Amino acid sequence: MAILVYIENTDGSLKKSAFEAASYAKAIADQLGDTVTALSIGNVDKSELEKLGKYGVSKVLDANQDKLKSFVNKAYASIIAAAAKQEDAKVVVLSNSFSGKGLGPRVAAKLDAGFADGAINLPTFNGESMEVKKTAFSNKAFATEVINSSVKVIAVNPNAFEVKEVGGTAEIVDFTPAIQDQDFNVMVKEIVRATDKVSLPEAEIVVSAGRGLKGPENWGMIEELAEVLGAATACSKPVSDAGWRPHSEHVGQTGIVVSPNLYIAIGISGAIQHLAGVSSSKTIVVINKDPEAPFFKVADYGIVGDAFEIVPKLTQAIKNIKNN
Amino acid sequence: MRILVCISNVPDTTSKITFSNDNTVFNSNGIQYIINPYDEIALSKAVELSEGGKGTVTVINVGDSSTEPTIRKALAIGADDAVRVNAQPRDAWFVANQIANYAKGENFDLILTGRESIDYNGAQVAALLGELLSLPSVSIAKKLDIQGTEATIDREIEGGKEVLTVSLPVVVGTAEGVAEPKIPNMRGIMGARTKPLQVIEPIEVKELSSISRYESPAPRSAVKLVDDVDQLVQLLHSEAKVI
Ligand SMILES: Cc1cc2nc3c(=O)[nH]c(=O)nc-3n(C[C@H](O)[C@H](O)[C@H](O)COP(=O)(O)OP(=O)(O)OC[C@H]3O[C@@H](n4cnc5c(N)ncnc54)[C@H](O)[C@@H]3O)c2cc1C
Ligand SMILES: Nc1ncnc2c1ncn2[C@@H]1O[C@H](COP(=O)(O)O)[C@@H](O)[C@H]1O
Repeated sequence: MAILVYIENTDGSLKKSAFEAASYAKAIADQLGDTVTALSIGNVDKSELEKLGKYGVSKVLDANQDKLKSFVNKAYASIIAAAAKQEDAKVVVLSNSFSGKGLGPRVAAKLDAGFADGAINLPTFNGESMEVKKTAFSNKAFATEVINSSVKVIAVNPNAFEVKEVGGTAEIVDFTPAIQDQDFNVMVKEIVRATDKVSLPEAEIVVSAGRGLKGPENWGMIEELAEVLGAATACSKPVSDAGWRPHSEHVGQTGIVVSPNLYIAIGISGAIQHLAGVSSSKTIVVINKDPEAPFFKVADYGIVGDAFEIVPKLTQAIKNIKNN
Repeated sequence: MRILVCISNVPDTTSKITFSNDNTVFNSNGIQYIINPYDEIALSKAVELSEGGKGTVTVINVGDSSTEPTIRKALAIGADDAVRVNAQPRDAWFVANQIANYAKGENFDLILTGRESIDYNGAQVAALLGELLSLPSVSIAKKLDIQGTEATIDREIEGGKEVLTVSLPVVVGTAEGVAEPKIPNMRGIMGARTKPLQVIEPIEVKELSSISRYESPAPRSAVKLVDDVDQLVQLLHSEAKVI
């Protein structure tokens, strides 16, 4: 028996969330006295896969066929389910990434498994029964989900579980399950990626700005601040609705949910729908000229004042501390 | 083209979320229900695609009779007819099985859901429908175009997008960017009253998971207001240890 963890890559590099999922699987394996088998699909160098050993993975199944180069959830789900059966896995872990959301439910359905979407802590086991916490009501609450099926599938949220090095080496084994043509029903024509940018859902620091910035021409200072911090940029909904920033930056109840270590909100009032997407951030900093802005109620640190004055100074102060 | 749009009935986005009975049940007292905002995007897209006699739009909801105002609103926005599966939506697995059971005999060309419901946030139903109906599915679409029997879809990925093509039928979970939400006009509202709403009984579905209790997040401690950026940077560096 083993815990199976599905490992995602971007152009052959393992994602940060993949290491998080591996560490999460290792912590579960320790509880249950099992080992961790990882499954990688697509073209990833063996040297990259070997890195997983450090995080407690003892075996890596490497499904690296030409056909599997691009992501097709139906085909990938079939392969994950086949690996789970081969390894007799009772728990399957994947990352609740954008691709993970398309995979997890399919894998669970194939394995007659209960599915915990978006887990935020380690599960506890009691015989056949497992409990795990997830966010619900757009971050306004937590729900404890109970799964009693004999196989369980868990999608762990990005940034919810810390990567932990435990040392060790992983054996890499080729995995060539039979694949069915009818599973390849989606053609990837093109991948467009803003390569110079930190990906928002995985970012450890997010610099976000709202309507207080008055117009798209003022985002230069936001990008500079993000750059010195190695942060991703985000915005409130009206900002993306107005076309000042792309929709992919919109955070909140109807946008992306983030939980970075640090969220800096600049010229955002803190409407309940916005907070829903950011309230699980570990530290929140608010910069707003209105001392009554609701965002201050959920912030850890705040400066009341004009963003146009404060943000450039803040960028400089951070540069100073980084240079020392 | 026949389009099915899955509609969930969720608490208004401004709702205060509380629980009753030892934190085991969502407290719906005083809660206003709305069409899940992402489903409104899906529905608006479906209406847009079907306009001018190019197709028909059916909406489906799994819910008890209290969801009928939401279904009527969907009809007012422009759906042609509606189906309600008469059951409490226990979880995404239950909901997807009910919808798949209805859809399997109906030959829809396109099945749309929202990317996730804003109450349980599972983001599961689109992928589950794909699996249960053995169809391709895209869980988070930022753009959707249909040409003949082929769909071109922008799928959200971390830090960008993937442009996909897929032959119909397909299940698509829609996000912001797919369509502008349509607002019902007077004619739509009047017409909605007489559009067909069929009520069907649920099938039995094995329970694979359940929610045992809820919690509200712990309140954050009061904000520390600082006067200048140097002080802020110091605190972030030595107290919060985030930079
Ligand atoms: C169904 C629904 C879903 C929604 N989903 C989302 C969502 O997912 N995400 C989201 O963000 N919103 C969402 N909203 C919108 C939300 O209700 C608010 O309208 C929105 O968050 C406000 O954006 P804002 O804070 O940028 O703008 P405003 O509310 O206009 O706030 C601007 C702030 O900037 C401050 N300011 C102005 N000038 C300066 C300056 N020079 N320096 C510093 N501060 C300044 C002001 O004091 C003010 O607090 C949703 C609404 C609905 C109805
Ligand atoms: N009770 C329901 N009835 C009909 N459709 C639903 C229901 N619940 C969820 N859906 C659809 O499934 C999508 C994703 O929901 P979820 O998987 O719960 O996040 C929603 O945006 C709806 O389109």
